[in-house]
Amino acid sequence: MPGRVGRRLRAAGAGAAQRWRRSLQVRVVGLTVALSTLTMAVVGGFLADAIGERLFEARRDQAFAEAAAGAQAFQERLDQADVPTAVELRQFVADNREQLGSVGGDGAAGYLLLRVPASEASVTVNGSLSAGLTPGLLSDPLREAVRDRPTQQAAPVALPRGEGTVPALAVGQRVDLALAGQYELYFVIDLSREQSTLDAVQRVLVVGGLLLVLLLGGVVSVVTRLVVRPVREAAAAAARMSAGDLDQRVDVRGEDDLAALGRTFNEMAASLQRQITRLADLSRLQQRFVSDVSHELRTPLTTMRMAGEVLHEARGDLEPAASRSAELLLAQLDRFEALLADLLEMSRFDAGAAALDAEPVDLRALVARVVEHAEPVAAAQSVPVLVTVPPEPVTAEAEARRVERVLRNLVFNAVEHAEGRPVEVELAADGTTVAVLVRDHGIGLRPEDAERVFDRFWRADPARARTTGGSGLGLAISTEDAVLHGGRLEVVGQLGLGAAFRLLLPRTPEAELGPSPLPMPADLAPAAPPDDPSAPSVLVEGLPGVVLVPSAAGSPGAWGDAGTEAAADAIATASLPVVQPPAGRRG
Amino acid sequence: MTPRVLVVDDDTALAEMIGIVLRGEGITPSFCADGAGALAAFREAKPDLVLLDLMLPGVDGIEVCRRIRAESDVPIVMLTARSDTSDVVAGLESGADDYVPKPFKPKELVARVRARLRRREDEVPETLRAGDLVIDVAGHAVSRGEQQIALTPLEFDLLAALARKPWQVFTREVLLEQVWGYRHQADTRLVNVHVQRLRSKIEHDPEHPEVVLTVRGVGYRAGAVKGDDAAAPSAPQGGAGTVDAG
Repeated sequence: MPGRVGRRLRAAGAGAAQRWRRSLQVRVVGLTVALSTLTMAVVGGFLADAIGERLFEARRDQAFAEAAAGAQAFQERLDQADVPTAVELRQFVADNREQLGSVGGDGAAGYLLLRVPASEASVTVNGSLSAGLTPGLLSDPLREAVRDRPTQQAAPVALPRGEGTVPALAVGQRVDLALAGQYELYFVIDLSREQSTLDAVQRVLVVGGLLLVLLLGGVVSVVTRLVVRPVREAAAAAARMSAGDLDQRVDVRGEDDLAALGRTFNEMAASLQRQITRLADLSRLQQRFVSDVSHELRTPLTTMRMAGEVLHEARGDLEPAASRSAELLLAQLDRFEALLADLLEMSRFDAGAAALDAEPVDLRALVARVVEHAEPVAAAQSVPVLVTVPPEPVTAEAEARRVERVLRNLVFNAVEHAEGRPVEVELAADGTTVAVLVRDHGIGLRPEDAERVFDRFWRADPARARTTGGSGLGLAISTEDAVLHGGRLEVVGQLGLGAAFRLLLPRTPEAELGPSPLPMPADLAPAAPPDDPSAPSVLVEGLPGVVLVPSAAGSPGAWGDAGTEAAADAIATASLPVVQPPAGRRG
Repeated sequence: MTPRVLVVDDDTALAEMIGIVLRGEGITPSFCADGAGALAAFREAKPDLVLLDLMLPGVDGIEVCRRIRAESDVPIVMLTARSDTSDVVAGLESGADDYVPKPFKPKELVARVRARLRRREDEVPETLRAGDLVIDVAGHAVSRGEQQIALTPLEFDLLAALARKPWQVFTREVLLEQVWGYRHQADTRLVNVHVQRLRSKIEHDPEHPEVVLTVRGVGYRAGAVKGDDAAAPSAPQGGAGTVDAG
């Protein structure tokens, strides 16, 4: 049971703490109540003190005066009376009881006539105190002060009354009882009336203070609610706006500061909406334009293409210059077509219109098909292509068309830059990830260029002529294809040692990409990792210089056409007769 | 007798170029530059094949395709600049047999045209069965009991290819090669659309096909032979490299 209560208390405490943090209103009201309570306590305490002081001071002065008068009257009567014997003295004291007991007026609570303890007088007088009073009431310091000093002394005492006590004041002085020597005479003045007056004043102060604090809290709560509510509404509207609902506005009432806030907010929202809509329209328009241009170019390109082919067929009948022109025309038309296809594919990615059409694929078959396709080109450049694939099927959920396009790009690229040295293609997989590594030992590329090979139309050396086929978009499209699968494309390279591209694909597009089952070639790793922290490179498996390609968005839409298959074909066929000068790297 | 092809394309340069290429292949072209006149040109020319641009001024290619198909089974090959799904599928569903995306190579176009013009002159008289259908290959006729079912030549070829090897599951790629004559990778949507059209003509309930069955993740095969004389003609043995349906 206590455990449950404790839990509830803790939960309530946590809830309160959360409300304190979250709600401006709760905080303002809480602070107001706390601060005003403190103020009321200080002011009230001061007031009660001052009133009490005044009250008691007046009563004490009066008590002193009455006590002095009473004592003096007693002394005078004693002096005038003839009390030669102890018996007469005792009789005199007994006769004066009533008079002594009435000293102090309304507040008279009695008197005490006490023998000074060290008195050497031979006669004692007994029974000289009022009923209900004992010498124990008086504190020792008071009695000592009365004995030691000739003046009046006073001290508060607790007077027994019924079950409890009431406050009272004892005023004492010495009297000379002739034969009996020095006696202490105390008058006790009841202060309960003053005390009850003070109590009443304090009660009024406390109750009034509490009411004032509550009133303040309520007023502040109402005021802050008035101020906070429009702010909260604006915050909620802003949150909905940032979630994409650009139509959000807040209600504006009145013409005060908060209404100005609301109006400004609405103006800002409208302006933002206009800007965003305008930009979205522009972007759509631009993508639409690229797509339309690509499509509109297709019909004349088809005519040119066919005309070129007819001329090319008939080049045997033409004079040498015209014959070569026909060859060039056809080759460049091929390139133009590949470029157009890639441009269209790229615009599809940019528009977010690329959708993955994945089904289980055995990547060994794709690798075999790509290598087979590359064989004629490789043979023409005397580049051996060595393939390593596992004996068991390597299946992944992927779109065969896209993966094959990536692999074609990598293999043709490697063959193109292999400079007659072997190209190695390796396929491996583990439980989560499939990796294809394409490695050449050709001219390679500088590690600092590695991250740029995926840029659109990027060339290692802009001064070199664009002589080879390829659109310059191949690797950019491959990157998008890899990202669309939830995978990535990476590269390492060293000048003179070659380059290695690695495609990593998750087994299913939804799955997380695991660590690569294939390491990058150790000899291509740069000696020191790049220091530039802004470079989008990430070290994988302790291999510096591995570049992770920044991801791009891919979202559902229509599916693409042949894309860079045409480009690959173009590299494979059209570019061959034209290759003469040294090729630009990674075009 | 040389085959005749009607080219319906509003781009006169392209149409003329296509004409040059077709004449070089021994095919006689005729031309029509707009959709509105296409049907009249078709009736006049009586072509063996129509090359139809999908985007035409006036009446668009899809409507032209539908009108031609309404009165003739002549093969229709679409020319299209947009190869997005919706356009291609709309074209195929309106009755086109095949399509060639622009820009195409002359050889590609000629191959597509030849594949559609090809008649099976070497066909031996042969009767195939699939489900409760009887297929007369030489007569290009399909019947269910007494009832004749009209199919386009392409749909007939598709059904015959499946029925000839009822034990084999055909992948879409194999069907593309055997029926459409593609050698390289091509658009498997061709197969999907035509299988649907075929089913709508021959199945009792196209939602639950019994003649052309889908084998999930692989392709299609012919349904088991049904009917009173199920013992009838065993199909001739097929070629090598087939996938066993078992």
